Amino acid sequence: MKRLGTKIILGAAAFCMLALPVQAGTYKVGAIFAVTGGASFLGGPEARSAQMVVDAINKEGGIGGNKIELIIKDSGANPEKAISFAKQLIEEEKVLAIIGPSTSGESMKIKKIAQQGKTPLISCGAAEVIVNPVASYVFKTPQKDSFAVKKIYAEMKKMGINKIAVVAGNTGFGKAGKAQLTKIAPEFGIKVLAAETYDKKATDLTALVAKLMANKDIQAVVNWSIVPAQAIIAKNMRQAGWKVPLFQSHGFGNIKYVQAAGAAAEGIIFPAGRLLVADSLPDSDPQKKMLLKYKHDYESKYKEAASTFGGHGYDAMNILVAALENGGADRAKIRAAIENLHGFPGIGGVFTFSPKDHNGLDIDSFVMLTVKDGKFVLYNSK
Amino acid sequence: MLFLPVFFFDYSSSVSILCPLFSIMTQALFFQYLFAGISYGVIYAIVAIGFNIIYNTTGIINFAQGEFVMLGGMISISLLHFFPLPVAIVLAVVITMLVGAMIEIVFIRWLDSPSVLRMIIITIGLSILIREVALHIWGESIRSLPYFVGNELTTVAFGPVRISPQVFWVVGVCGITVVGLSLFFKLTSVGREMRACSANRTAAILCGINTRNMVTLSFMLSAGIGALAGCVMSPITYTQYDSGTSLAIKGFTVAILGGLGNSMGAVAAGILLGIIEAYSVAFVPLAFQDAISITILLIILFVKPHGIFGSSDAARLKEF
Repeated sequence: MKRLGTKIILGAAAFCMLALPVQAGTYKVGAIFAVTGGASFLGGPEARSAQMVVDAINKEGGIGGNKIELIIKDSGANPEKAISFAKQLIEEEKVLAIIGPSTSGESMKIKKIAQQGKTPLISCGAAEVIVNPVASYVFKTPQKDSFAVKKIYAEMKKMGINKIAVVAGNTGFGKAGKAQLTKIAPEFGIKVLAAETYDKKATDLTALVAKLMANKDIQAVVNWSIVPAQAIIAKNMRQAGWKVPLFQSHGFGNIKYVQAAGAAAEGIIFPAGRLLVADSLPDSDPQKKMLLKYKHDYESKYKEAASTFGGHGYDAMNILVAALENGGADRAKIRAAIENLHGFPGIGGVFTFSPKDHNGLDIDSFVMLTVKDGKFVLYNSK
Repeated sequence: MLFLPVFFFDYSSSVSILCPLFSIMTQALFFQYLFAGISYGVIYAIVAIGFNIIYNTTGIINFAQGEFVMLGGMISISLLHFFPLPVAIVLAVVITMLVGAMIEIVFIRWLDSPSVLRMIIITIGLSILIREVALHIWGESIRSLPYFVGNELTTVAFGPVRISPQVFWVVGVCGITVVGLSLFFKLTSVGREMRACSANRTAAILCGINTRNMVTLSFMLSAGIGALAGCVMSPITYTQYDSGTSLAIKGFTVAILGGLGNSMGAVAAGILLGIIEAYSVAFVPLAFQDAISITILLIILFVKPHGIFGSSDAARLKEF
């Protein structure tokens, strides 16, 4: 009998612990980020940025007196884990909304789960398929892949380049980029003379560079990958004495990668959000104030350079906060509130959502940047 | 019949890709591939040598070898804030050796005649453990040591072929390591005791050799060599908390290819594999590069499991 009594007490205690966080005065928000693993360069800054927003709001007393409770789950970029976390967050934790996941692959796996669970999902994955076709509960903050590609090709046309080589890492990001690059090229009258995929853990790409360099018609190289390969390709090209312009994806937008590639990074051209050149923007820019605040807050709190990736997490959290302010603690109202956001300045661009557009950004959310003296500057083609 | 058109399409497209390549495959390109292959190969070889040292004294494969390489790179990069480059590298090697010794003492020493399988599982577990610890200490970002000579753009030109001076550092360190090791194992008494351990442990104990200390020493030695490799290759390949895993796979392939326990064989096999990989780029899409090295590993395991340079008689006496 004594045993049974203990069990009841334990059970009651456990029930109380479960019940506590759901009490009034707390907005429960879930987050799924790849804090560790192959996409940790995305998930790490995203999780830290989202946490930073939540800490700041809670310190000020929350949203109308309601504190936000952010539950961050580390998926390690594993889609299976993302699925089980999404179900756990929706069904057990009963969160109001989920931000993340970090990668497109994971986002696509849980798109349907969020839609069926009628829980708003603000993804930080870049792929266009996340919001096209539109699922009414699924949004995303990073600029679309295709915008990055179009921006690069438009720049190439200005420079008189029309024969290129495409190289990509064998990640989801690399594969999607390569597909977009080859698909969109004809629209701009650009010919892809060579398209190669390399292992994401490749340690040296000298042989690939030698092969491409032998083709004298190639006027520029576009590389679509994440670290460390994007630094290795730059080094190997310059070591081989190949002078053609090197374009990188928007995945190059972190000053750490410039430091990694050292002198070989000079002159790399790539599309990115305005965060990296926030200081040199005109004061009239609607994003400038936001960008400088994010940069200052993030860098003073975490002692590392702010990246556009962290900005995706920051945007996702801020959009959700705005929706919570307007919608309150109701999933359907939050969803509607996000869809009604107009001219909302963020890190990735100025968001204007609509029932048809769940990304809310246009091609001008990207600017072309280059590396000069180890720093990012706006690229001006002559 | 269904496959025929597909086949024809593939054939014609591959010919159209290959034809210009054959004509372009000039002497310059030939040598560029050759040197690219050698620089890959030497990196693989130096990792493979680490496998061999532990194998030679204990008869097991230490799957945490790649993590020693990563640790060497990471520790030297962190120490670079406080010390000049040569001191940072020496300290990194010493610290990694201590880590190697500690791992052996804590996880392996107290096991009473463990089975090969058990040891393998333990070392795989250790590699995961070290990787996770590294993630917590250094985070997910990539780091690298500066180039020892010049910077990212410096190259030495041999006619039309350009090579980064760092490649010579890697080749040089690898060469010195191999020669030094073979002298150590042949000429010094400690080296001979380590070999005795491997040949027959019971007999070695009867001769008064402290076999447990020899095993600790072999872990220290291979950790040190791994760390040194991690330092010299860091400017070329970069160092990340999980960069050890892929290096370990290539190093393992090379160790098997050259015959387990054979350091000279490892160098030859490493360069061979590197060159095959480099030239393969010219003929098949780059995506197949890793498939080629794994295919070679499988063929060797089926046809000549003791490696190209290993002796089958010696292999028969080994447990694994």
